[in-house]
Amino acid sequence: MSEEFKIEIVNPEKSFLVKEDVSEVVVPAFEGEMGILKDHISIISFLKPGIIKVSSKSGDENYYVEDGIVEFKNNNLSILTSSIYNLSDMDKSVQQDLLKKAKEEAGKLDINDQTKYLVDQKIEVLKTLN
Amino acid sequence: MASLDDLKKRIASVKSTQKITKAMKMVAAAKLRKAQESAEKGRPYSEKMNNVILNLSSGISDKENAPKLLAGTGQDKVHLCVVMTSDRGLCGGFNSNIIKKAKSYFSKILDENKELKIITVGSKGNDQLKRIYGDKIIENISFKESKNANYFDADKVGKIIIEKFEAGEFDVCTIFYNKFKNVITQIPQAQQIIPLNDEGNENSSDESYEFEPDEDEILSNLLPKNISTQIFKAMLENSASEQGSRMSAMDNATRNAGEMVDKLTIEYNRSRQAAITKELIEIISGAESL
Repeated sequence: MSEEFKIEIVNPEKSFLVKEDVSEVVVPAFEGEMGILKDHISIISFLKPGIIKVSSKSGDENYYVEDGIVEFKNNNLSILTSSIYNLSDMDKSVQQDLLKKAKEEAGKLDINDQTKYLVDQKIEVLKTLN
Repeated sequence: MASLDDLKKRIASVKSTQKITKAMKMVAAAKLRKAQESAEKGRPYSEKMNNVILNLSSGISDKENAPKLLAGTGQDKVHLCVVMTSDRGLCGGFNSNIIKKAKSYFSKILDENKELKIITVGSKGNDQLKRIYGDKIIENISFKESKNANYFDADKVGKIIIEKFEAGEFDVCTIFYNKFKNVITQIPQAQQIIPLNDEGNENSSDESYEFEPDEDEILSNLLPKNISTQIFKAMLENSASEQGSRMSAMDNATRNAGEMVDKLTIEYNRSRQAAITKELIEIISGAESL
């Protein structure tokens, strides 16, 4: 029996990625990285900035996300996100841009703890990319 | 009767107007295809979002402590209406239809002695509403610079709305936009986004989900995003509707101009013929009198 399931990543503009033959996905869930295999229990969670790793027969793919929601049900994984980038064709300048924006945000005084946490996370991830 | 010269000028001017409307129709048709495509591509996101929220809210046991964005403030006094129109005219009844729908809603609210606040998105709506409801408009947002509807703009509007909600400035929020059905039919819509109306859409499964972190936290994170998503959906539908409406309006205008040119040409030929006949009669009767 195959150990594959379906993944669908959508952003507001379009379906970003649809794949039927995924064997494992690692998502940066809010409370830590989460690996999803076939027949995972139904789950809803949301994402913090980080890397989504999609493993399939055709090789691994990495995506950088800033936020989003994951829903897993009946071996269908849906990821809703408003900002996603494919790492293999992500420009250095785009990364720099995002990093700059994140740093600006972190410098603001009137942000609450949660956003602070998310922004710090973002900066950290972006730094490791460079 | 107008002189030959006048008629000639009028024919020329109608023809050049026709050229413009024809060009606008072509442009609208091209843009329509794009707008329609992106409206269709955007649908899965908002549908999925809706599904997740439905699943979540059915999982919430303690309805009273549910986030306010979902359950509302418990009051129904101040209504915020977000009227979404286009930034450009010459698109038939597109803007007026939204405004008409909004106005009837406004008067209903005012009749019930409730407070009304208006946010207009797009300058055409603002132009039409500020004459009567000028004092009620608290904000006017326009995205003239951005060519296509994009999520970033929608998010901006969403953030403004949430900010105002959290400041306790209103209880109920409704958005007005045109839903794209096909090129000739656009249906003006009023959609309540705060508190969320789960219009009996009870297809959520009984299957229990695991939540990480708990439901409340996910919901309070998700609901603001849902607002932006709904607004983005409205923007996409709107832009497709705008182009569709413009296309059919310009198609009509081109046809009317064609009819007018035909009529004017007949009149022109007739009066030219009349002038020639008159001249001939004059010559003949002049010759006879000799």
